[in-house]
Amino acid sequence: MQARPARSSSILGWLLESRNGLGLLFMLPAAVFLLCFLTYPLGLGVWLGFTDARIGREGIFIGLENYIWLFDDPVFWLSVFNTMLYTVVASVLKFALGLWLALILNQHLPFKTFFRAIILLPWVVPTVLSALAFWWIYDSQFSIISYVLMNLGVINEPINFLGDPTNARASVIAANVWRGIPFVAISLLAGLQTIPQSLNEAAALDGATSWQRFTKITLPLLTPIIAVVMTFSVLFTFTDFQLIYVLTRGGPVNATHLMATLSFQRAIPGGQLGEGAAIAVAMIPFLLAAILFSFFGLQRRKWQQGGGD
Amino acid sequence: MSESTQTTQRAAINDDMEGMEQFNTLPRRIMTVYLPLAVFIFVLLFPFYWMAITAIKPDYQLTNYENYSPFWVIEPTLEHVKFLLFETSYPGWLWNTMLVAFASTFISLAASVFAAYAIERVRFTGARVTGLMIFLAYLVPPSILFIPLAFIVFKVGIFDSRLALILTYPTFLIPFCTWLLMGYFRSIPFELEESALVDGATRWQILTKVILPLAVPGLISAGIFAFTLSWNEFIYALTFISSSENKTVPVGVLTELVRGDIYEWGALMSGALLGSLPVVILYSFFVDYYVSSMTGAVKE
Repeated sequence: MQARPARSSSILGWLLESRNGLGLLFMLPAAVFLLCFLTYPLGLGVWLGFTDARIGREGIFIGLENYIWLFDDPVFWLSVFNTMLYTVVASVLKFALGLWLALILNQHLPFKTFFRAIILLPWVVPTVLSALAFWWIYDSQFSIISYVLMNLGVINEPINFLGDPTNARASVIAANVWRGIPFVAISLLAGLQTIPQSLNEAAALDGATSWQRFTKITLPLLTPIIAVVMTFSVLFTFTDFQLIYVLTRGGPVNATHLMATLSFQRAIPGGQLGEGAAIAVAMIPFLLAAILFSFFGLQRRKWQQGGGD
Repeated sequence: MSESTQTTQRAAINDDMEGMEQFNTLPRRIMTVYLPLAVFIFVLLFPFYWMAITAIKPDYQLTNYENYSPFWVIEPTLEHVKFLLFETSYPGWLWNTMLVAFASTFISLAASVFAAYAIERVRFTGARVTGLMIFLAYLVPPSILFIPLAFIVFKVGIFDSRLALILTYPTFLIPFCTWLLMGYFRSIPFELEESALVDGATRWQILTKVILPLAVPGLISAGIFAFTLSWNEFIYALTFISSSENKTVPVGVLTELVRGDIYEWGALMSGALLGSLPVVILYSFFVDYYVSSMTGAVKE
C-alpha cells in the first residue's frame, strides 16, 4: 500500500495530491470505457443514420434519405404503432398488477421473505430462456393453455397464439407483463415500506375507509417512486427486443415488429446498417421524453420529503 | 441526495407493521390476500414448472396428451440433458457465458469503485455533473447501441470473439454499478475519512482500508446484479458472435437448438433450465443483496 511515490515529476504529484487530479485519475477507467463504447457509438449511430453503410463497408453521407425512405415505409409506421401499443398496454398492466402484488406483500404474511424471493424469479432468469418456455406454452398444437381450456369445454380447437396478429400481440404483451411484474412489485414494495403505518392508523381513527386511505395516503406518498419505477419499466418495454425475437421475430405479417426488432432485422440479417441505425435513432425522442418524465418525478420527490439539497 | 439514508432509517423504525390488520376477519383476508397471492405465485412460477417438467419428459410422453397427463411425468429421463451435454456445444456455451460474465463484472466493478469514490468523496470540479451523466448513461438502452457497436467491433477486429462481449458489456454495467456504489459510499460517514486523513493516510489507503471494507455489502450487491445482467444479455451476443464455439447460452440455445419445423422441446427446455440454474442458484444465496441493488438503483 505504498501508494505515495517519490514526487519525481510534478504531473504525477498533481495527479495524486490535488482534488481534481485524483478525481481525474480515479474517473479514468470508467470514463475511457464509457467514452469508447457508449458515447462514441451513440454519436456514430446518429452518423450511420445519415449514411448508406452496409456490413463491412463504410457508407457515404446521403443526408436524410434513410429517414425519407422510412417515412414512406408502412412497415416502419406499423412498428411504431406496435411499439406504442406494446409499451402502453404492457406498462399499464405491469403497474396495476405490480402495485396490487406490492400491496398484498406489504401485509403481515408468514414466509414473506420467501414469497418475495420466488416472486422475483421471472426477473432473474434470462429473458431469452423464459421466453423459450413461453414459446412452448404458446405452441399452436400442444399449448398447455389450449389443452386446459379444451378440457374445460371453453374452446373446441387449440388457440393459434402466435399465428394470428391479434393473438400474437396479446401473447407477447402477456409474456412481457409476466416478466415485468416482479420488478414493479418489489420496487413499489420497497417504497410502501417507507410509508409510516401511523399515518394509516390516524386516518382510520378519523373514519377513513380503506379506499380513502389508499387514495389519500398511500398513493400520494408513493407517487415519486412510482414515477421512477414506471420510467424504468417504460424504458425497458419500449426498447424490448429479446421477447419478440424469440416468440415471433416480428411476425405474423409484421404485427408484432417493434422498432428495436425492425432495426435489428434491417441492419444485421438485412445488411442495411444505415437504415437500421436510422430506426434506432428514431427511438431516441421517445426515450428522452421518458427520461424527462423521470427527472420531474425525482424533482417532485425532494419537496415531498421536505429535503433541501 | 441524502434522502436514501433517511428512508432506510425510517423503514427500520417502522416496526409496527401489524397495525390495523387485527380488524380484518379471516375469511376477508383469504379473499383479499391469500387467494390473489396464490394466483400471482401460480402464474409467475408456472412457466418454470412447465420448463422443468418438459426437460425431464421422455419424447413419447411429450405431446401425447391423450394417454399421459401433461402436468406430470412418468419415467423421468435425463436423455435431453445428456444430449445437450455430449452431442451439442452446450458446455462450451456455458463456459463462454461464465467467462464473459465474470470478466465483464470484474472490469465494471473495478472501474466503478474508483469512479463512484471520485464522484462521491474526492468531489473534483464537476463531480455532480459527472454523476448525472452516469445516471443518463444508465438509461441508454443496448437496442440503440448495438448497430454502431457492431460497426466498431468489426473495425477493431474483435468481431466474433468473447473479447467483444467482455469489452462491450461494461457499457451497461459501469453506469449501473457506479450509480449503486455512489449510494453506498454516501452512507459512510465523512468523519471516518477525516480522521484517517488526519492520521496521515493517503487517498489510496483511505479507499482500500476504510471505504472498501465498509462498502462490502454494496460491492456484493453490485457484483451479483452485474453478473446476472451480463448472463442475461442477448442482443450484443447475438449481433457480435457468429461461430458456434463463441456463443453464449441464450444465443446458442436459440440459434443452434431450434432447427427446422420439428422443435425438440425436451432439449430446448433442458437447455433453458440448465442455463437459468447458475443465476438462480447465485440469486438464492444473495436474495437480499439482489433486492437491495434493484430497489437501490430505483430509489436514489
